[in-house]
Amino acid sequence: MSVTVKIPTQLRAATGGQAEVEVSGGTVGEALDAVFDAHTELRERITEDGTLRRFVNVYVSGEDIRFQQGLDTEINEGDEVTILPAVAGGC
Amino acid sequence: MAVENLKCKECKTEYELGASYFCEKCFGPLEVTYDHSRLDAVEAKRRIQAGSQGIWRYADFLPFAGRPGDPLEPGLTPLLRADRLAERLGLEAEIWVKNDAANPTHSFKDRVTAVAVAKAQELGFETVACASTGNLANAVAAHAAAAGLDSYVFVPANLEEQKLLATGVYGTKLVGVRGNYDDVNRLCTQLAETHPWAFVNVNLRPYYAEGSKTLAYETVEQLGWTLPDRVVSPIGSGSLFTKLGRGFQEWLDLGLVAGEQPTFNGAQAEGCSPVATAFAEGWDICKPQRPDTIAKSIAIGDPADGPYAVEQARRTGGGIDSVSDEEIRSAIKLLAETTGIFTETAGGVTVGVLRKLAERGEIGSGEKVVVYITGEGLKTLDATRDSFQMHEIDPTLDSFDAEFAAAQATA
Repeated sequence: MSVTVKIPTQLRAATGGQAEVEVSGGTVGEALDAVFDAHTELRERITEDGTLRRFVNVYVSGEDIRFQQGLDTEINEGDEVTILPAVAGGC
Repeated sequence: MAVENLKCKECKTEYELGASYFCEKCFGPLEVTYDHSRLDAVEAKRRIQAGSQGIWRYADFLPFAGRPGDPLEPGLTPLLRADRLAERLGLEAEIWVKNDAANPTHSFKDRVTAVAVAKAQELGFETVACASTGNLANAVAAHAAAAGLDSYVFVPANLEEQKLLATGVYGTKLVGVRGNYDDVNRLCTQLAETHPWAFVNVNLRPYYAEGSKTLAYETVEQLGWTLPDRVVSPIGSGSLFTKLGRGFQEWLDLGLVAGEQPTFNGAQAEGCSPVATAFAEGWDICKPQRPDTIAKSIAIGDPADGPYAVEQARRTGGGIDSVSDEEIRSAIKLLAETTGIFTETAGGVTVGVLRKLAERGEIGSGEKVVVYITGEGLKTLDATRDSFQMHEIDPTLDSFDAEFAAAQATA
């Protein structure tokens, strides 16, 4: 599957300024691995011991992957994977 | 100048004071740091007491170099002794109710918004914005109007009508998003990247959150410069809950008050209780939930400060409980009948948890307990519908007597 992974502004120094990275993979985890292979610095920023850091949220076409199968969530051709900081909002 | 830097709460990386809110290294939340090494406690107290009748009296502990002006200054809301509430709950404790509905737009959100809007002006923004469950929407629209700034306010489209009306009136651009609060929040996080706006609870969140500390400072001052033994506070994102702790701790460290941190009890609605669940399960993360509760103002399924709220409840020997919608309705009535304070659903959650603690015998006799009422009942009128009956009569003495004959006979 070919998908687009959207990179938050603050991490674009690690992707050479790219806002989006095109990769292929069957699950969110595989797609992210492909991104990390291309831009190695991102792996450490986004994950810790192979899992997402606790203040990182990942969405597949707008849907939080924690409501699905986490990193094992399957992705479809043309899906958009978005990485966002989790610390926004609230009262 | 006491305000110093932004610092990651997770990996401690420091950043300059700007419109940023998360750590580029580990995504952790950024928090404002201060250098109070030159602060003299006696002098600081004097400055507070000689200060304005609102939150700017605490300017030494807020993220500004100077003292911001503010036509809508919030704060110094009443702290009331609630003996009849204590009696109804069978408590021999001192129960105090901090009524933060007595702010310019009737919720504690005026505190955080005042700080964020002042910071937005200092940083040169011309437009402010927010993701809101309603109370923040009211506050941002009003404070932007007062400051002469443009504003965009994003809320779930299905919000209580009272909260929509009390936002739109200020001339803001009110955007109803078809989704829940967490959807609104995600959208605003994305918009904050592409628009040069000050989102008070996104890119200005480190400053915004500091405003909640003023609730702790006021509590100490209004209790005659002493600390409560216990606090009961609602938890939405967990920011207010954790900043209350930070406010008390700063003043303990600086010697403005003596004693120790109160026991922290958090309150959530059963229909949206990711933080209470994490506390009960012993997790250090909060599993997100899809909210389904009448307590919409605290219905945050993915709470940003949830992990820190859990830590604080544990560290202080407290806890985090949740109550049902029925318990919320009944607690709103209990507070109104015993104190004359009409709170919104979030206040019902807080009083409902106070009642739970009382029933479980967790509140000792003589304890000084502060209950935080963060919003106004007129904003969630549906919660009180059908909770009482009006006596309808003709405009005659006979009609009145007929209606109340029974009551008068026993009087």
